[in-house]
Amino acid sequence: MSAAEPRPRLAVVTFPGSNDDRDAAHALGLLGAEAIPVWHADPELPEVGAVVLPGGFSYGDYLRPGALARFAPIMAAVRSFAAAGGLVLGICNGFQILCEAGLLPGVLRPNRSLRFVCRDAALTVERSDTAFTSRCTPGQRLTIPVKHAEGCFFANDELLAALERHGRVLLRYSGESPNGSVADIAGVLNREGNVLGLMPHPEHAVDPLGGSADGALILGSLVDAVRERAPVRAGALRRAPTGIGAARRAGDARPAPREGARGPATGA
Amino acid sequence: MLVRPKPGILDPQGEAVGSSLRQLGFAVDAARVGRVVDLELRDGDRAEARTELERMCEQLLANPLIESYEIELAERA
Repeated sequence: MSAAEPRPRLAVVTFPGSNDDRDAAHALGLLGAEAIPVWHADPELPEVGAVVLPGGFSYGDYLRPGALARFAPIMAAVRSFAAAGGLVLGICNGFQILCEAGLLPGVLRPNRSLRFVCRDAALTVERSDTAFTSRCTPGQRLTIPVKHAEGCFFANDELLAALERHGRVLLRYSGESPNGSVADIAGVLNREGNVLGLMPHPEHAVDPLGGSADGALILGSLVDAVRERAPVRAGALRRAPTGIGAARRAGDARPAPREGARGPATGA
Repeated sequence: MLVRPKPGILDPQGEAVGSSLRQLGFAVDAARVGRVVDLELRDGDRAEARTELERMCEQLLANPLIESYEIELAERA
């Protein structure tokens, strides 16, 4: 990349209680990108090629992790961005937020051990033909740390079968599962493949000094994808039906219907 | 509103509570742990209130993938 070439721009959203936002921005900077900090109360995203929802404990994990962050004003913009094909990466709490917001299927439940787990996790990359894994090879083993109490991915049998059938399980734990996720799932894609959620923290594994630089393969793939794509223009987002004015109406805080949720929960 | 894990959904919290109760000498076969949400509503029609409460559970208070809910309406004392 020549010095004159603009750096790929990615937004990193800070919610009240986010605590990996700076690590994410630092890691993206190391990988040649420009990380634009975005505040949860901002009504719009800047012109960026991807959005990262970082780890942490947004809104104190009240009710369920991620359940309240979807009401943040910025989430209406993230939703429009994703609907327009923009790349969205949710790490740990960001993954939980995307599930609760209905942008990703399934839900993250308390670890089977009921313990907070903080250690390196061995992962297997299932596919390399995605915007998040182009620097990897299928079947490649990665070492990336996890640190969470609620990382047990759950999908019912029907949803799980659909995820497997359509190749939407992108990362799996290999070796001992840190949390008891179904099918050892560590990261899943949305139907269109432009939204990824994962529990491991690639932003904590970008320098061999920290034990592993495998996280740079995930984040670096994302930076590559942003470099290759035209940015999703903020102006286009303003015209989208789920704009901010609409989001202030109570009904719009509702998540999209969750994949795999069949009928009302009562008596089920 | 009573929100709790659906049958068949692993409830590690319930398992831990059940195990602790057994350690205390209680004959407990199984335990499930849920959550109670008490709400005070403005006076109004009971049927309408129930419909509203169901919407609250569907949209926020329960995650329909893993949790069921029950609603109990009571008059304010």
